[in-house]
Amino acid sequence: MDLLKELAENLRLGEDEAVRAGTRAALDAGLAPGEILRTGLLAGMAVVGGEFGRREIFLPDVLLAARAMQAGMEVLRPHLARDGAPEAGRVVLGTVQGDLHDIGKNLVGILLRGAGYEVIDLGTDVPAARFLEAAETSGAGVIGLSALLTTTMPRMAEVVSLVRERGLGGRVKVVVGGAPVTQAFADGIGADGWGFDAESAVRRVKALMESV
Amino acid sequence: MRPRLRLLDDALAGRILDEARSVLSTLGVELHDPEGLELLVSHGAVADGGGGRVRIPARLVDRALATAPRAFALYDVLGDRTHDLSGENVHFTPGSAAIRILDPATGVLRAPSTPDYVRYARLVAGLPNLAAQSTAFVPSDVPAEVSDSYRLFLSLLFCEKPVVTGAFSAAAFQVMRDLQLAVRGSDAALREKPLAVFTCCPTSPLAWSEATGRNLLDCARAGIPVEIVAVPLSGFLSPVTLTGTLVQGAAENLSGVVLHQLAAPGAPLLWGTSAAVFDIRSEGAATGAIETAMLTAAMGELGKRLGLPTQAYAGVSDSKELDAQAGLETSSGALLAALSGINSISGPGLLDLDNGFSLEKLVVDHEICGMALRLTRGVEPRDDFPALPLLAELLSEKHLLIARHTRRHLRTEITFPGPAIDRSSEARWREDGAETLGARAGREVERLVSASVPSRLPASARRDLVTVMESAARNAGLDRLPGRDPE
Repeated sequence: MDLLKELAENLRLGEDEAVRAGTRAALDAGLAPGEILRTGLLAGMAVVGGEFGRREIFLPDVLLAARAMQAGMEVLRPHLARDGAPEAGRVVLGTVQGDLHDIGKNLVGILLRGAGYEVIDLGTDVPAARFLEAAETSGAGVIGLSALLTTTMPRMAEVVSLVRERGLGGRVKVVVGGAPVTQAFADGIGADGWGFDAESAVRRVKALMESV
Repeated sequence: MRPRLRLLDDALAGRILDEARSVLSTLGVELHDPEGLELLVSHGAVADGGGGRVRIPARLVDRALATAPRAFALYDVLGDRTHDLSGENVHFTPGSAAIRILDPATGVLRAPSTPDYVRYARLVAGLPNLAAQSTAFVPSDVPAEVSDSYRLFLSLLFCEKPVVTGAFSAAAFQVMRDLQLAVRGSDAALREKPLAVFTCCPTSPLAWSEATGRNLLDCARAGIPVEIVAVPLSGFLSPVTLTGTLVQGAAENLSGVVLHQLAAPGAPLLWGTSAAVFDIRSEGAATGAIETAMLTAAMGELGKRLGLPTQAYAGVSDSKELDAQAGLETSSGALLAALSGINSISGPGLLDLDNGFSLEKLVVDHEICGMALRLTRGVEPRDDFPALPLLAELLSEKHLLIARHTRRHLRTEITFPGPAIDRSSEARWREDGAETLGARAGREVERLVSASVPSRLPASARRDLVTVMESAARNAGLDRLPGRDPE
């Protein structure tokens, strides 16, 4: 138990090497991978999320913790499959066609992974159809769309329309974000959610996943 | 490099000080304290008739400037050093001696009470950009005879920081010295580690009242630092030109320096200013005026030229509420005073021509002080050369949010004011309740007051403080000590 407490604490502090080593040590001690994930890594991330929500820590602290989470997950993932521990869910993420900006999208990805989601990152300049293909093949519950340019924002509507056309609206939700994107725009194109920053995007994804 | 504001060239500064000397040697000052007068005359000043006017020769000025210390330190109630009053070091302290407090519930300036004062002292304890506390306002629920000492009593009980204060009468000085002795334990300990600075203001034009003249002598002899704060009022009680006001302010301050150093050569003092321009429309001192800020900076330059540590009333506003005027006047005054390298800047929290005090404004001003302190550190090279590796890292990582370089320098390079200052996006601000500046500041007041921990002043010293105050209060007809026990 102490091993996992230490693991959670190191994750909270963003100590990626310590988390990598701690995860190995926990496996070596014979702890169940699912238990290491829940009581160690995710428990640490939950503390980080709470502190972030209360504005006691800030984005870089979360990114450091997320990086540590990834370090732990690299060690843990092969064992998790065998253990059958459930992932929090899958999210397909990308910057829409015509737009090469990816910093905001990457931050969302890091935070989502930190919160336990599997992220399928399609990169930048992604055509609408590719989002759909990826969601269908992976069984993702959410598609996250990013755009920084007002000229590429309309591409988001294409993805929403395609989801509807293919009758996936009940299973796949679309969340949009990016500096010029507003709630009103999201409502206008019929998106299921909007995040004004990376942290709020994760909250929207969480809420949508729970509602699916 | 340390960024500096400079308004006077060498020639003008020298001329102002020469002129001030000749004002003292020809017109002199009026001194109502007989002992001070006698002291000056016995050292070669010339009494002019029976009205207390005395002409001070330039050699007495030079002699006083030769003995006045170039620097001194202040220490908190625990004996830890908090202030190095020298060079370009800048320290902020709340403004002093307001007679009303802004009630956040009603928006009205009302008479303050001892519970308000205790809240104030506990709040200041939690505001790190304020190096000192001050006896900020005068509680109305204690008799006038002890209203000055009572503030010091509560300050010393509830907040560990050193105190900028002042005595309203010669008699009160003894009580206020005894309170400090209660904290330090002995006269020698108090001299070694000064705990409070007493404000002594000459009366414009060119006069010292009996009480302030007396305070100056008493403080000098007790080794208690003073700030000599000239209050010339441009266009009313001093020449309308800034230069003319500076001549008069310098003469008034120099007369205080002479008196102070004759009483106790080497006693610590600050060269202060509360010089302001007079607004003929409102018929009052314009404490937030740009010209007032210019007088402040220029008076500071004169003090530095004389080699003295400096003080100023700055970072104040004439607004009646916590509004944009309050913010802009406070911040322009605070920034300019800090750029002038004034060692002790008094003002945060004050409103309404120095008559009102606001705890919420103190929280806002504290954030302004943080910005001013950051400004004084200027642009400094850190591990910035060569710049190539870091920029290469940026290109490969696409951001530097968690780069080692960022983590090392983030908190020293960039300050993060708040919660009064809000920088969130409109969406986030709405999600957080769309609070106004005043509401955010008010919440911070509540948070800091309730989170404040009791002063670590030893119980024996607390008992001695109570004993001193009880006796003084009894003499003033007060049989209990309001606000003494924390809520």
